[in-house]
Parts: sequence; C-alpha cells; structure tokens
Amino acid sequence: MDINSIFINTAQALFSPVTIAFAMAALGLAIHFGFVGLLNFGIAGFMAVGAYGYAISTLTFGFPWWAAFLASMAASALFAVLLGIPTLQLRGDYLAIVTIAAAEIVRLLLLSTTWIKTTGSADGLVAYANDFRSINPFPDGTYGFGPWSYTANQFWVLIFALVVLALAALLLWRLVRSPWGRVIKGIREDEDAVRALGKNVFAYKMQALVVGGIVAGLGGALYVLPSSANPMLFATSLTFFVWTALLLGGAATVFGPLLGAVIFWVLQAFLGSLLPAMADAGLLGALSSAQAGALRFVLVGILLVVIVIVRPQGIVGDKRELTFVRK
Amino acid sequence: MSGSKPLKKAPQKSTGLHVGDASPGVKKVDPILVADHVSRKFGGLVAVDVEHVEIPRGAITALIGPNGAGKTTLFNLLTGFDKPDTGTWSFSGKDLAGVPAHKVAKMGQVRTFQLTKALGLLTVLENMKLGAKDQTGESLFQSIFPFLWKKQEEEIEERALEILERFKLLKLKDDFAASLSGGQRKLLEMARALMTKPTLVMLDEPMAGVNPALTESLLEHILDLKTEGMTVLFVEHDMHMVRHIADWVIVMAEGRIIAEGPPEDVMKDEAVVDAYLGSHQDVDLGVVTGRITLPKGEK
Amino acid sequence: MTDEKNVVVNVDNLVAGYLPGVNILNGCNLIAREGELIGIIGPNGAGKSTLLKAIFGQSKVREGAVFLNGENITGLKADKLVERGVGYVPQNNNVFPSLTIEENLQMGVYQKPDKYDEGLELVTSLFSELGSRLKQRAGSLSGGERQMVAMGRALMMNPSVLLLDEPSAGLSPVRQDEAFLRVSDINKAGVTTIMVEQNARRCLQICDRGYVLDQGKDAVTGSGRDLLNDPKVIELYLGSLGA
Repeated sequence: MDINSIFINTAQALFSPVTIAFAMAALGLAIHFGFVGLLNFGIAGFMAVGAYGYAISTLTFGFPWWAAFLASMAASALFAVLLGIPTLQLRGDYLAIVTIAAAEIVRLLLLSTTWIKTTGSADGLVAYANDFRSINPFPDGTYGFGPWSYTANQFWVLIFALVVLALAALLLWRLVRSPWGRVIKGIREDEDAVRALGKNVFAYKMQALVVGGIVAGLGGALYVLPSSANPMLFATSLTFFVWTALLLGGAATVFGPLLGAVIFWVLQAFLGSLLPAMADAGLLGALSSAQAGALRFVLVGILLVVIVIVRPQGIVGDKRELTFVRK
Repeated sequence: MSGSKPLKKAPQKSTGLHVGDASPGVKKVDPILVADHVSRKFGGLVAVDVEHVEIPRGAITALIGPNGAGKTTLFNLLTGFDKPDTGTWSFSGKDLAGVPAHKVAKMGQVRTFQLTKALGLLTVLENMKLGAKDQTGESLFQSIFPFLWKKQEEEIEERALEILERFKLLKLKDDFAASLSGGQRKLLEMARALMTKPTLVMLDEPMAGVNPALTESLLEHILDLKTEGMTVLFVEHDMHMVRHIADWVIVMAEGRIIAEGPPEDVMKDEAVVDAYLGSHQDVDLGVVTGRITLPKGEK
Repeated sequence: MTDEKNVVVNVDNLVAGYLPGVNILNGCNLIAREGELIGIIGPNGAGKSTLLKAIFGQSKVREGAVFLNGENITGLKADKLVERGVGYVPQNNNVFPSLTIEENLQMGVYQKPDKYDEGLELVTSLFSELGSRLKQRAGSLSGGERQMVAMGRALMMNPSVLLLDEPSAGLSPVRQDEAFLRVSDINKAGVTTIMVEQNARRCLQICDRGYVLDQGKDAVTGSGRDLLNDPKVIELYLGSLGA
C-alpha cells in the first residue's frame, strides 16, 4: 500500500476549495436547521442554483466575475423566496419532503435538454472562470509546501474561498449574537410565543431562509469554480453529505459546520485512498478497488445514523439545544 | 378559621362598569374590546357563538366556564391566533378582523398561554429582552452592526432587570428558563408580557399548575397591572381567586355567554351554579362524603 | 385503629428520576394500609407524579424499594402490576380518543377479557352515566367525562390498589367536586387509593392520611384533617385564600 499517496490525498483535503465550499453549504444549512429549525433537505438545490447562477451569468450573459457572484447570490435569494412562500407554513416533516422535491426539480431542470444551450444539460458547463482567473494577483509559480502545493490559479481560488468563508462566518456570528438572532432562537422553540410578543414570525423565517440560502449558494459557486458545473454533482446525496458534516460538527453553532466539513472531507479523502489500496493489497477479500472506494459512502451513512442517535449536538454543540429524541 | 396569613391589602374593586342591567352582552361604560356576532365552528361542533361582548377598560375581568365552553377559543379569536367564521371585533376602536396575531400584539394586546411558553433554551433575561417592542437590533440588516442597537439593548436590559426584581426572579436572570419550576415559568411569562408595554393583558389560566402558596404573589402581580392602568382579562377555574380580584365576571358555557356581572352576583346565579360551580362550593367535601362529622354549628 | 390493618403499599427510601444524574425523588417514604385513601400534595417539581410513576414501574428507581403486600415490586413492568391488582390513572392522555367508551373499558380488561362483564357491572354501578353512553367516541367527551372513563378503565380489573395522578386537573369546580366524590366512593367500595393532587384543599378534605412532598422527600405527614389545619402546611402549601 502506498502510504505516502494516502497521506497526500488526505492532507490535501484539509485545504481544498471543495472543503471550503462544503463548509459554506454547511454554514447555510446551520442557519436553516441549527438556528431556525427548518428541516431543509434540499440544500443541494441551493448549491446548484448558486453554482449555475455564476456559470450561466458568465457564459450566457457575459457578466464580469463580481457581477456573476452577485447574480449567483440573487438567484439563491430568489430560490429561497419561491421555496419559502408555500412551505414556511408547513409542519417540519412536510417541509422536509417539499425541499427534497424542490432540489430534485432544480437538478432535473438543469439536466433537461430544453435549455441545453444555456445549461449544458448532462454535459454541464465549463470555462466560466476565465474572468475570475484574470484578476488573480498571484503570479505564475508554485505556492505552498509538501502536500499543499498549488498552481497560481489553484492558490487564488483557495485564498478567495477562504476569505469568503471567513466573511460569511463573521457575518453569521454577528447575526446570531444580535437581537435578530434572539428572535430566531425563540422561533425555533415556539413560534406562537414569539408571535404573541409582536414579532412577524413568517418574515423572520423567510429572512433566515434567504440568508442561509445565499451562503449555501455561494458555497455552490465556490464548489464549481475550480472545475466544471454538472447536474450530477447536485444529487440528493450531496444534501445528505452536507447534513452529515453539519451534524458532525454541531448544528446550532457557527464553528460546528466548519469543523464538520473539514473532518468530513478529510475522512472521505482518507477512506477514498485507503480502502481501494486495501482492496488492491487483498485485505478486503473479494472487493475490487472500485467497490472499496464506494464503501466509504456506506460508512458515511452509518456515521450519520450514529451521530443522530448518540450525539446529536455534534462535536461542539450544546446537548441542551438539540435532541431529536422527543420525550 | 385556620391561622392563615391574609393578603396584604384587600383589593379595591371597580364598580359602575356596566350600562343598565347586568346580563350577557351588556354594554360597558368604557369598553376596550368590543365583539359582535363572533362564531367559530370546528367540524360540526360550535366552539364559540357570542352575540355581543364588551370588556371594560382598566378593570380586571374574569372569564369562567366549564371545559369546552370556548374560553380559550374566544381568546384565540380575539388575539388573532385563530380566524372566526363570522363576526367583527375591535380593540380601542380599531377593527381587528383579519389582523394577524403579531400585529394584534403590537397594538397593545398581549396574551399568555394555558401551557406556559417560557422559551426554555433562552435564559430568563433573554426571554425578557425578547419581549421589548421596536428593537432596531431585530431588523436583519441593522443587527450586523452592534453600534446601531447597543444603546437600546442596554435600556431594554435595565427595564428587564427592574421587572425581574419585582417578580423576584432577578437571581435567576442567567439561568435557562427550562430550569425554572412551573410556577416560576408562569411568573416569567407574565413578566415578559409586561415588556411589551401592553394596554390589555389576556391571561389564559395563569394559576394552572401553580402552588397554592405561590398563587398569592401571582395575584398581587395581576392587581399591580390594574394599578398601573392596564386592563386584564383572564381565564380561570379557581373561584377563590376570581372572587378575590375580579371586578367583573363573564361566564361561558357551550360557546355562549350565559351570565355577566360582579363576582358575588354571578356566583349566585342558578344557571352558573348548575353548569359550573356546583353546589358544594363552600362546603367541606369531608362532610359531604360522610367521612367526618363536625360538632354542631361548624361548617 | 388503622395501625392494625395490613400495609398494602410500602415505599421505602425511594430515589428516582428521568434524566441521568438528576434525581426527582430523594429518599421518599410512603405507607398505604388496606382500605385507606392517601393523598399526596406538594409544590410543582416535588416529585408527586414521579412517585406514582415509580410505584407503577414507569420511572427509573435508583435506590430504595417498593413493596406490594410484602412483595418487592420495584422495577416490575406495568403489566405485571396490573396482574397483581394495581390500577393506574395517568393525568394526561388517559383515554383512547378514537375508541368508544365501551372499547376503552374493554382495553381495561385486556389481560383477562372474560372479566369484562364483571368489570362493567362494577364500573357502571359507580359511574351510572357511562352505562347509557357506551357507544360514544371517547374523543368527543369533555375533560370531566374523560376522567370518568379513565377511572372506569382502571377499575375494570377490580383492582385492590388504585393510583390516581391529579384526577381533578383542568376541570371546572363542579366537575372537580364530582371527581373527588367519585374517588371517595371508589375508596369506600374497598379499594386502597393513592391520589396525587394539585387541589390540596379538596384532596385533604377527603383523604384518611396525607403526605406533603417537597424536593423529593415526604416532608410532612399526618391525617387529612391534621394537615388541613396545620398552620405550617397552610402557609407553605395551601395558601390562605378560600374556605
């Protein structure tokens, strides 16, 4: 087994734009679920809207990079509002079902050949990052050291993503500690009590849906920025990965989703390298290396179940805030 | 009589609240809430069918009646938590039809719930601060910049601490509301309601589940509301409490108002006794069941 | 004198709770003799409902024991206790709303269906109104009527011990009085009755002996009358309003 390449793959996951994009998505979901208690099982849909929002504005409308980001955010906000109007009145479990459907609708629309010129359908979209790369302040060369070596473009994406993540985290941290955050906390526990105090509960829930949606949408944009956008990326499994990362870290905190995303991806990378290597070395019986690689998704599923049962508050969460077992 | 400790002061009852004879739907001299032909059906069941009711301003009115009489439903209708099938009603002259619950609360009508809604995952102080109205910090964009709302937050905290002190909850200000006892949570809900600076306070069974010994302090707080100029409407089953502090009593049964008037009059009303009070109101059940025999002359 | 009668229920230094590390009962004691009507009162959170649940095997007992007619029944599940003649009426959710009154009563003899007729006779003799409304859906009943059905269900197995959790909760004054009179009648028919109550005054008026629970311990005990007139009990638990 090539220990060295396993190590490199795992270490790279620590500082990768994918991990950061994931952390953004988890942060957005933290607002939806951790803070307001909305069971959003369509977070992949928000990511898709954000990703394609960026790509399409660049390719079809020729937006410069900054306008494309703004368009991406606007698209996510619009998606949140459209989703919110009919669903925010629904009970938790119904909301969950509708959000799964909404995300699938987005994915299927993107997959459809009707708008193939704009969306690229199953082939997806590529080459939309040129304007973004053109403003890269880092000259050509290699940056970093050891397993963390990047080309100038890769480094630029990484730094940019980190800055966006830091800003988003700071913003959310401020929000959560403000009186607005206090109202949201109250709403999660009991809407009627908050209504009786004169607060427009629907408006607050919508605001949280939009804010979380924009953050998740930006995560989607960052997710595809270094490579290509494809409907396959935004399947329901992505939603459950984000959920796993969120619950692992701690759903009702700002740091939790970041921690969870990092651990999740490092684990994925580790298992993704280790398991096929073990299969090749004959350690996993009749399993081929391809099958062994797929095994890591099974393990993710088991991890999710275990977290929810044993430690629903995640690593940094407070037990009092989140228990799914209703007494 | 047992060696009991009387309440600090016998409450000053308001009189002259009604116009004409006291009967269901009687007009009030100065009504704060007026409702007309309000009805609500659940399936085939008539929950509320009130032709006319007026709540007197600045007084303490008790709403009593058997379970299923429609008291909580009426509460929900008047505060915007439920939509009636028919009817018009107004608060201080303003029409409330179609006004959502949070707007009704903003207008000055605050209500508590039968099952206390002290927000357990917030601290006592956070619960209180949540009650304050018109907070700049609660708006999404302004909340990101603390300098915009810091000062107001301090003022709100000051007021909250004052009220907590009055309700003897100051020591618990940083405890999570979930760790408070049932009675303390009721007090918190009432204290929090005061943060909204209401004109009409509607309490749904404020004594339910509270120790008899704690009841007295709750009653004092309700009397204080009246002293400070607020109007109180409360639902209760404890007739001793009603008799003690209510200026006016409205009796509901099967969705309709069957009697109205000062407590002493209403409690003697035959229809009320049959439907609600029972004939053993002031009688020791030990005597009724024959378990004890008292010497002659005692009750 | 009552001291000579058999001890039916004996709760010995019970420590119990729900959440790990948090005890609601901290060494609670209680004795119920044959045919007695025992009242349990006290502030919220004192452990009244927990005590009843611990006797009926519904909450975790950490220390101490519960004896029924000399047998250690600590931790025995509910069905075993029903077999041994214990009936339990919880405070909430105590009838099946989608079933008729008749079906609710049938649920009462679930373990021994052939006892149905016997049980029905007993219950309708105590609660005459139930007999004429057997086909009515329990969900359409008022709070007081449901209380009656819940008590009836518990009586269907003709228990020798009846545990009641706040039978008057949420009822209007006239229905409360009815509930208390019913409990008294059931007890007079020979059932050893233990009742937890919020309406301390009414409870003490009809019970033979009472226990005042505070912070998980039996703080004061005595005959119902003695407790009713005890100035300390009045100050701390009864309040001075009212008769």
